[in-house]
Amino acid sequence: MKIVYTRPKCLKPVPNHYCPGCGHSIIHRLICELVDEMNMRGRIICIPPAGCAVLAYNYFDFDVCESAHGRGCAIATGFKRAQPDRIIFTYQGDGDMAAIGTAETLHAANRGEKITSIFVNNAVYGMTGGQMAPTTMIGQKTTTSPYGRRTEVEGYPLKITELIATLPGAAYVVRTSLANPAKIRETKKAIKKAFEVQMAGAGYSLVEVLSPCPTNWKVSPREAFAYLEEKMEKEYPIGVMKDYTAKKDK
Amino acid sequence: MAAKGKITINQGLCKACELCLTVCPDEAIRLSEGLNEKGYHPAETAKDSCKGCALCAVMCPEAAIEVCRG
Amino acid sequence: MKGTDALGEAAIRAGCRCYFGYPITPQNEVPEYMSRRMQEVGGVFLQGESEIASINMVLGAAASGMRAMTSSSSPGISLKQEGLSFLAALELPAVIVNINRGGPGLGNIAPSQGDYYQATRGGGHGDYRMPVYAPAYVQELYDITMKSFDVADLYRTPVMILGDGMMGQIVEPIYLHERPDVEIPPKDYILDGAENRPSRIIKSLILDPVEMEEHNWKLKRKYDLMAHELPEWEEFMTNDAKLTIIAYGTAARIAKGAVKRARSEGLKVGLLRPITLWPFPEEAIRNLAKKTKLFLVFEMSTGQMIDDVRLAVEGKVPCEFYGRPGGVVPIPQEIARIIERYWLQKEL
Repeated sequence: MKIVYTRPKCLKPVPNHYCPGCGHSIIHRLICELVDEMNMRGRIICIPPAGCAVLAYNYFDFDVCESAHGRGCAIATGFKRAQPDRIIFTYQGDGDMAAIGTAETLHAANRGEKITSIFVNNAVYGMTGGQMAPTTMIGQKTTTSPYGRRTEVEGYPLKITELIATLPGAAYVVRTSLANPAKIRETKKAIKKAFEVQMAGAGYSLVEVLSPCPTNWKVSPREAFAYLEEKMEKEYPIGVMKDYTAKKDK
Repeated sequence: MAAKGKITINQGLCKACELCLTVCPDEAIRLSEGLNEKGYHPAETAKDSCKGCALCAVMCPEAAIEVCRG
Repeated sequence: MKGTDALGEAAIRAGCRCYFGYPITPQNEVPEYMSRRMQEVGGVFLQGESEIASINMVLGAAASGMRAMTSSSSPGISLKQEGLSFLAALELPAVIVNINRGGPGLGNIAPSQGDYYQATRGGGHGDYRMPVYAPAYVQELYDITMKSFDVADLYRTPVMILGDGMMGQIVEPIYLHERPDVEIPPKDYILDGAENRPSRIIKSLILDPVEMEEHNWKLKRKYDLMAHELPEWEEFMTNDAKLTIIAYGTAARIAKGAVKRARSEGLKVGLLRPITLWPFPEEAIRNLAKKTKLFLVFEMSTGQMIDDVRLAVEGKVPCEFYGRPGGVVPIPQEIARIIERYWLQKEL
């Protein structure tokens, strides 16, 4: 018998702090698989967010630099401009990416910074205990939208990925989901392509990953994955929004 | 004859989210009666029906499952 | 050479190869100069989308091992405070220039010293200190800018250069020397990919209070070392001075003129000019307190540095204050009149 699936080398052999059924740890694993497979450990630098994934450095066995909340893309810009031959990626949650860090994100994308952002959208602030996120869905109850998100009070779910897809500096923009093993495999492919786009120097690449937060959605992991597919993917349709390589083919 | 598979679960990492059970097409995984250090009933092999499809490992948030096939 | 250009040239010659900043008056000549020069020396110039973004770009470049800087003016420096706290916490070297303008709020764009508290008290959150230099002459601005990068690297700390529009705009002849030889220890903390080495982490999150406390004390030991090694000041005719003015930056230039006037009239007046605002040259002031009869603190604010003077003097000598906030720049005669008034009033 041969081993067909095993824990990636770059994922430190330690238990993680994430809740049962959390999507972060799946995405961490996918990134680590790619770092192993693409032999990137010696030239990759990760900038994790403030949020649940702030502790990513406890799990990633490659270089990691902390960021203040929302500043990932600015710090990544500093890294990339200083070291253009390195692979720089931000790992950001919805609050980090689409609320407090909107300006940093949009402008990095618009400059065509040759960096990659992995944007984990679970429609809620996880680390702080389940408050409303910019991506919280209409009607969704959170600890700061206890009556459900009302558009007349809290506005609409922010689709920053669609927004970024309109920017000329963005070379590859895609939304994926973790709802089932096939979609998880698609997510890995998308992240791989995002890194390749960066290495090709084509511009900014962004992978938004719809991810479950069973704890703050107050459901079981099984129910969370069902909700992901049935509800979140309706509000946030998955698929490629921009791909510079597709354009070249035409 | 269908491929034969074998999974090894690192029970110390398991948080009993049951996602592996959900995706396993062969009902080869169940939660154990016992508790691990974290206080979860970790996943374990249920019966000898595994074909090594690795869906459980793709799903596992803890990267706790190793899959062999052959 | 103009102050802002001297500053930019000194940074380039100090090996600064990354500049990130956002336009704000009265310091726009700095990014303008850097945008030209960085291109010539193969460095990075990038106009960020905000001061917040710019200081974080500096952070990324500093964590890459590059000499990096940003510049701004008061309202912009307020926005950079988050980044300053992180740079201090992460022990990353960087140079930050504040061309202080009138405030609070938008204020105006005239020379002011209203940011003294913000600069010396750690305007960002948390228990940190940061060296602050206040040059008063273009040559000194050049020298200090060059030195700031070494201080930043030697102590792994952000360093602030605090000037004002006057300092930036003034034109004086200077000697453009090359960077003096200073041995900088190898930067074994930078992130450049974990090729053939263990992976590295740059972080400030320390959840365990005992560990956090250890980190705080570790930083404190570094701050104590800086407080011991870095203080700089200039004394002018202080030896026999009965009245000693304490002023920094532009205010000190004006005060020097006033001291000369007073001396020509036979009044024994001197000037102590702090060059580092943090660490504050308290030892020098304490020594003068043994000789002088009166300290007169002159600031282009409503009185901020006077707190540090009083702490240093410990009540041994009276401390009076004269201030012109809001961007008003008094002429030396005005300060000379104040000197005369105190001279008579206190029967010196």
